[in-house]
Amino acid sequence: MSRLLEVEDLQVSFKTYGGEVKAVRGVDFYLNQGEVLAVVGESGCGKSVTAQSIMGLLPKKVSRIKGGSVTFEGEEILGLPKKQMQAIKGSKIGLISQDPMTSLNPTMMVGKQIAEVIKKHTDIAKNQIKVRVIELLAMVGLPNPEQRYSQYPHELSGGMRQRVLIAMAISCDPQLIIADEPTTALDVTIQAQILDLLKDLQKSLDTSIMIITHDLGVVAEVAQRVAVMYAGVIVESGTVEEIFENPDHPYTWGLLNSIPKYGSGEKDRLIPIQGSPPDLFAPPTGCPFAARCEYAMEICVQEMPDKKRTSETHHARCWLNDPRAPLVKDLISAGRAE
Amino acid sequence: MSEPLLEVKKVKKYFKVGGKKSLKAVDDISFSIKKGETLGLVGESGSGKSTLGRTVVGLHNATDGRIIFKGKDMSTLRGKEAREFNRAMQMIFQDPHASLNPRMRVIDIIAEGIDAHSLLKGKERKERVFELLEKVGLSQDHAKRYPHEFSGGQRQRIGIARALAVQPDFIVADEPISALDVSIQAQIVNLMEDLKEDEGLTYLFIAHDLGMVKHISDRIGVMYLGTMMELAESDALFEEPLHPYTQALMSAIPIPNPKEVGQRERIVLPGDPPSPITPPSGCRFRTRCPQAMDICANATPEWLEAKENHWVACHLYNS
Repeated sequence: MSRLLEVEDLQVSFKTYGGEVKAVRGVDFYLNQGEVLAVVGESGCGKSVTAQSIMGLLPKKVSRIKGGSVTFEGEEILGLPKKQMQAIKGSKIGLISQDPMTSLNPTMMVGKQIAEVIKKHTDIAKNQIKVRVIELLAMVGLPNPEQRYSQYPHELSGGMRQRVLIAMAISCDPQLIIADEPTTALDVTIQAQILDLLKDLQKSLDTSIMIITHDLGVVAEVAQRVAVMYAGVIVESGTVEEIFENPDHPYTWGLLNSIPKYGSGEKDRLIPIQGSPPDLFAPPTGCPFAARCEYAMEICVQEMPDKKRTSETHHARCWLNDPRAPLVKDLISAGRAE
Repeated sequence: MSEPLLEVKKVKKYFKVGGKKSLKAVDDISFSIKKGETLGLVGESGSGKSTLGRTVVGLHNATDGRIIFKGKDMSTLRGKEAREFNRAMQMIFQDPHASLNPRMRVIDIIAEGIDAHSLLKGKERKERVFELLEKVGLSQDHAKRYPHEFSGGQRQRIGIARALAVQPDFIVADEPISALDVSIQAQIVNLMEDLKEDEGLTYLFIAHDLGMVKHISDRIGVMYLGTMMELAESDALFEEPLHPYTQALMSAIPIPNPKEVGQRERIVLPGDPPSPITPPSGCRFRTRCPQAMDICANATPEWLEAKENHWVACHLYNS
C-alpha cells in the first residue's frame, strides 16, 4: 500500500480577542491508498481544524499555520497558492461536511450544484454533464434521480441532502474523501444508510476516506485505522482492532469505559473521565491529559511524551509506555487509581 | 411494585399548522410509570418524544386524554393543587447553552423554582443553593458566576440542580446528554443515577442514543411519528424486539466493537419518515415496513400486551 496523505507536525493557531488558541499542536498521521481512517476526539480537540488545514479551508484572517507539512500523493500541499489548491480541492480531494442543511446553496437546484463542480474540474462535454449528474445521484441511492436534479435543497430531507453532498464529493473521482462528522446531524436509521453508502462507495470507487467523528460506534463500523485526538494532539493511533482491544493510552481507555457496554445483561456503572479538557489558550507543557489521568506521574506534567511504537501500526504518546515507567497494575495496587 | 406515580391515558397533542390542517405530534399514547422507575423514551427526530415529555409536565396542554399524577387528573387541578403539581414535576432540558438565562447568576437560576413557590428566603435559600451545588458536583464558589463561565457539562449540572431545588418526585429529562461529549455524558448519567437513589426520584428519560437509554432505563418505549410502537423492559426490548420498527432501529445502532461489525444483519429502512401532517393511514410505519401487509393500510393496530409486560402496536401480533 502506498501513502496517499501524510501529515507531519501540523500546528495551527487562531487569533481571538482572548489571545492565541493553539487548536492543533503537532498532529501527525498518514493515510494509505484505499484505506478508511477515523479521527476521533471530543469537541474542541482540533479534529475539524486538521481537516480544514488539509483542504486549505481555514479562515485566512484569524488562523495561522505555525508549522508542519501535509503531503498528498508525494507533494506538499500545505500553503499552496489558492489556484493550485483549488485544482486539488474537489477533483482530487472531496469533502463531505457535517451539516447538510447549510452546505448546499438554497437558491440553486441540487443537480446544478453538482454540475458546477464537474464543469470546473473535468473536461466532460457540456451536453454530457447532466447525464453524469443523474448517474451520480443514482449512485448515491436517491430515488428518481431525473426529478431530483431539478429540486431545491429544501425539498429534500436531511438524509437525502447528505446523499447529494456525497454525490458532489465523488463527482470527480477523488483519491481522497474527507468526511467531517457526516452522520452527526442524522437519525440513527438514516445514519446506518449513509454509513453503508460510504462503505460501498469506498470499495467500488477504490478511494480513501478520512472520517472525522466523535462516535466510537461509527468508528468501529467503518474504519480500518483510528487516530485518537485530544487537545490538539494525536495521542494514539492504530488499527481498529488495536485501538478497541488493546488500547495503550489512558484517554482511549477512558473513552471506551464511558460508553455503555452494548448487549451485556447486567448494568455496570459507567466509568467517566473526571474533569474537562484543558484550555488551549495556555496548553499544558506536559501531556495534555495528565490533569484528568488516573495514572499521571510527575514526568507527565513536566514533559510531553514522545510517540512510542508498540507495533508496526500502533503508536501512543504516553509515559506509561516508556520502559522506565511503572506497570499500570503496580500503580493500581499502590493505590494510585481505583 | 407499587402504585403508578404517573398514568398517561390516550393522550393526544395536535398543533394547528395553518388552515384546517393539524400536526399530530402525539397521537393516542398510553403508559404508566411506577414510583422509583426510569422509563426511557426513544425515537427519531420528529417522532414526538419531546412533545410527549413536555405535555406530561404540563408545558403543553394535551389536546385530548388524561394525565394522572399521584392519583389526580392534572387537567382538573386549580390554584394551590396545580402549583403543587408544578413543583412535584420538573424538567431537565437538552441544550445547556440555551436553557440557562445568560443574564442571571447561578444562584438565582437554581433558586428560581424556590422563589416561584416561595419555599425559602434569605440565608436559608442561599444555603439550600450551596447544598444543591455540592450535590451536583459543583462548588459554593460557583453560585455568584454567570452561565457563560461554565462548560457544557457544568451547565447541565446547573440545570439538574435547578430541577432538584424544589424537591420534585418526578423529572422529565429531555435529551439531557445529547449535547455533551462522550466522556462528560458518562459523568452526567452517573450523577442522575446517584440522585435518583438519594432523592427517591422517578425519571422519564428521553434520548435517541439507544445504548445510553438501555443503560439508564428500567423500561423503554419506542416512538415513531407520534405513536408508541412498543414498550417493554429494557433487556426484553433489546433481546427480543417485536415491532419491525424496533428491530430496524436496533440493527442500525453502530456498536463500538469492531468484532461485531458485519456479524449482525442490518435491516435498512427504505426512505424517510413521512410528514406527521399527513401520516399514512392505518399503521404509521407501514410505508417503510419490510413486513407490511394489506391490513396495515386499512386499520390502526391495537396497543396490546403481546407478552407479559411487553406491549406492542403491530398487526403481526393481533391474533
